[in-house]
Amino acid sequence: MALLELKQVSRHFDIKAGLLGRWMHNQPDRKIKAVESVSFSLEENEVLGIAGESGCGKSTTCMMISGLLAPTSGEILYQGKNLSGFGPQEQRWYRHQVQMIFQDPYESLNPRFRVLDTVAEGPRALQLWPESEISGRVEEILRGVGLPPGKYAERYPHELSGGERQRVGIASALVMEPRMVVADEPLSMLDVSIRAGILDLLKELARQRNFSCVYVSHDLSILGHIADRLMIMYLGQAMEIGPTMEVIRNPKHPYTRALINAVPVPDPRVRRPIPNISGDLSRPIDPPPGCRFAPRCPYSNESCGQTFLSLDRTSGSLHQASCHRLDELADPPLA
Amino acid sequence: MSRKRVLGVRDLSVRYQTRAGEVHAVSDVSFDVLENEVFGIAGESGCGKSTLIRALMRLHSDNAIVTAQEISYEGQDLQSLSESAFRQQVLWSRMSLVPQSAMNSLNPVYRVGEQVVEAIQAHTRKSKAEAQERVAELFDVVGLQPDLMHNFPHEFSGGMRQRAMIAMSLALDPGLIIMDEPTTGLDVLVQERILRRIREIREQISSSIILITHDIAVIAEMSDRIAVMYGGQIMEQAPALELFESPCHPYTLGLKNAFPSIRNLGQELISIPGSPPTLIGAPVGCPFEERCPFRLERCASELPQVEALAEFHEVRCFRHPEATHLREQASEKATWRSLN
Amino acid sequence: MDKLERSPAYRLRQALLEHYRIITSNRLSATGFGFIMVFLVVAIFAPWLAPYDPWEMLYDSEGEFASLRPPSWEFPLGTTHLGYDLFSQLILATRTTLLIGTISGGISIVIGANIGLLAGYYGGKVDEVLMRFTDILYGMPFLPFIIVLISLFGRQLEFVILAIVLIIWRTSARVIRAQTISIKQRQFIAAARARGCSDFRIIYRHILPNVLPLLLLYAAFNIAWSIITEASASFLGFGDGETISWGGMLYELWLSGKTRVAWWWFTAPSLCIVLLVTSLVFVSRAYEEVANPRLRKR
Repeated sequence: MALLELKQVSRHFDIKAGLLGRWMHNQPDRKIKAVESVSFSLEENEVLGIAGESGCGKSTTCMMISGLLAPTSGEILYQGKNLSGFGPQEQRWYRHQVQMIFQDPYESLNPRFRVLDTVAEGPRALQLWPESEISGRVEEILRGVGLPPGKYAERYPHELSGGERQRVGIASALVMEPRMVVADEPLSMLDVSIRAGILDLLKELARQRNFSCVYVSHDLSILGHIADRLMIMYLGQAMEIGPTMEVIRNPKHPYTRALINAVPVPDPRVRRPIPNISGDLSRPIDPPPGCRFAPRCPYSNESCGQTFLSLDRTSGSLHQASCHRLDELADPPLA
Repeated sequence: MSRKRVLGVRDLSVRYQTRAGEVHAVSDVSFDVLENEVFGIAGESGCGKSTLIRALMRLHSDNAIVTAQEISYEGQDLQSLSESAFRQQVLWSRMSLVPQSAMNSLNPVYRVGEQVVEAIQAHTRKSKAEAQERVAELFDVVGLQPDLMHNFPHEFSGGMRQRAMIAMSLALDPGLIIMDEPTTGLDVLVQERILRRIREIREQISSSIILITHDIAVIAEMSDRIAVMYGGQIMEQAPALELFESPCHPYTLGLKNAFPSIRNLGQELISIPGSPPTLIGAPVGCPFEERCPFRLERCASELPQVEALAEFHEVRCFRHPEATHLREQASEKATWRSLN
Repeated sequence: MDKLERSPAYRLRQALLEHYRIITSNRLSATGFGFIMVFLVVAIFAPWLAPYDPWEMLYDSEGEFASLRPPSWEFPLGTTHLGYDLFSQLILATRTTLLIGTISGGISIVIGANIGLLAGYYGGKVDEVLMRFTDILYGMPFLPFIIVLISLFGRQLEFVILAIVLIIWRTSARVIRAQTISIKQRQFIAAARARGCSDFRIIYRHILPNVLPLLLLYAAFNIAWSIITEASASFLGFGDGETISWGGMLYELWLSGKTRVAWWWFTAPSLCIVLLVTSLVFVSRAYEEVANPRLRKR
């Protein structure tokens, strides 16, 4: 059984026109369909990458998985149990099982908390262990993320570098001994020279401590280096999912192809093909029923604008793309 | 190869006073920008690249002290110009700047076109109609519909605003355009389109471009020559291809190891241990010394001089003669691990 | 780092040192702090410091009734028309004024902070109700409201304090609410929620320490305002008749009808009010620099 399973999960936000808007401009209330019918599963000890541009719904998906936001429709199952049916006891248990690592290490630490208190806060709030045991575990995890407690435990966030702060963020998630970690762009605010170190640390800890990870990022190069499987999202819809190597080397969906071709390569000798995409990214406000990429897609036809083929978990194939015209797209894969 | 020199900078230093002490944000930086080239300056946050640019454009804060042997534009000394003469004769008309997070530099209450018209009229004797005509032309160059000039900034997407800022920087045909992180914070596809547009513009208008970014991939794709900055100094500069094929400075080697490439997924990433220096106090040794696996004893107390290896290839490291050997060792993870 | 650093005594000392550093960071606040300390000492030791009973009709060394005497060696601040020693009155009034100031300032900041935290954190209906209530208080004219309250409750000290508290907490509530809203949106609060912290824990353990500099700033403001309010109310005759305060001394002067004659009677209490309130403002300015980093010098 998969650790986590999402079945046709959607999340919509209302934009209220307001009294003034309704009376004066005859504006109707509108809906942002941030996530639409997304299904995927996360296996034990697996890293699933979710990639996409701004507004693709990856952060909303994160929030739903970690229980900070309820889906508008669909089911999220953790170890087969539906999140929406959790009572207070189970909620507490879930808070313990699932941890988040945040994007901005400058923002996600309370400036008035010492490293020690930040890391111990989760176990203290849930009263997981007696205080003496908590401090032992905090010291152990601090050593585990490469911050010797003797040197770092008493420091405040402003006394740490960006990389050290992100290590504190990781420690305060892992001290809870989670089974699943949701990481929302944990590297994007860090300098290039230290990113690889944090990435290695996460990989290493995932192996040692047996947790699964949903890793969300806009950076395909980084996802290529950490994710076992990759899911590509666009304006709230899941476009493609499959083993990372497969998706990057042999993308099926026209959007995935464009996205991968657009990633700059740190080698002046490489010449990338030009992505054949027109138009600009919009926002998923009252979107039409079909594929949301259709207006920009060079291959779209009538059926694309009418129905959306959402990914089918139950079909046997590992690498899937939600596109009507897959069979006809005979473009050569990447060189 | 003797192309004309557009910008010449020799021994530029910027320091400023803070509560914690004197910060030497930029120390003894020398480089040339040649005619019709893209000169890339790469470096991580706090390496001094933005301070350097602000000093060049005289946009530095009041407490900064800028000293230089030479800052010249097409042979003319810029340092002797008064503040107002600099603004009149150089800013916009010869050197223009696309500032960092340019997307947010447009005034939200004026139409985008008006803001460009205003910039043109402030520097030339063009009538409003002439200026508007020029704006339409510029919008076309950067790939925006000319009638969009009557829209307000909030009606533009991030990428469109960035293109409008680039249009504004082109307005007076400057010989040198400085772009500070022009695509940071934009989505991949938008970034791709802007980079392509910058390349096309450069072919159309023979200006030179200084491109500043922390993104090694962007700089690799865009630049003819690249300077790598660390701790306020240029550690290495070379033509792009040469820098990637035969890097010499340990920091350049480290950066290359640390940067993931989508074309090379199996490659093991190696980070550089430690974190950048604070730059408080005058530099004594090499700023990279603390994080360098190849350091010698003298590196901590003695600042290496800039040495020329080949035409346009300069490096600031005592151990550059052993570059081939260092390159081999730097690709081993154990080399960098040994520092901890 | 050794064990010493973890002891609560050490952290308390560090915290006190930090406050000392803030207060002495500029000359004005250091001077203000000095004056506050002097007033505090005077207030604490008032009965021992006062040379005479403040309600005793005095006769001078030559046996004459000491009515309306200007300052002299015998009566350092002069006397009233009834022959009371103004110096003694001033010293005991310091005690009353400081007591009213700190108690009503303290209570009002506790109320204001809690209402601000709750309204800001929960938002929605809670915010709506609490803030509309605050708005209503804002609509109340300051002095008439105090006067009405005091005449309703009676002129005892505790009712004067209650009346002041009821009107003074409103500003601190608003400011703390605004600050809470901005802190609530920061990522470390989302992080705390994701770690399983309860609302109570988030409000008092995660948000409160971050509004603390602002809280101290408004605590000082509230004390200053309480002192001014008390002085105004007393001057208008709505102070506690049993005890003496600076405002009360001015009220007595007014009643005596000797305002134009007895300049000394008027000078000392007014100077004290101005000095203490200004000192509090100067000290709070130092805290404002901590609360608002934009004012901090680079």
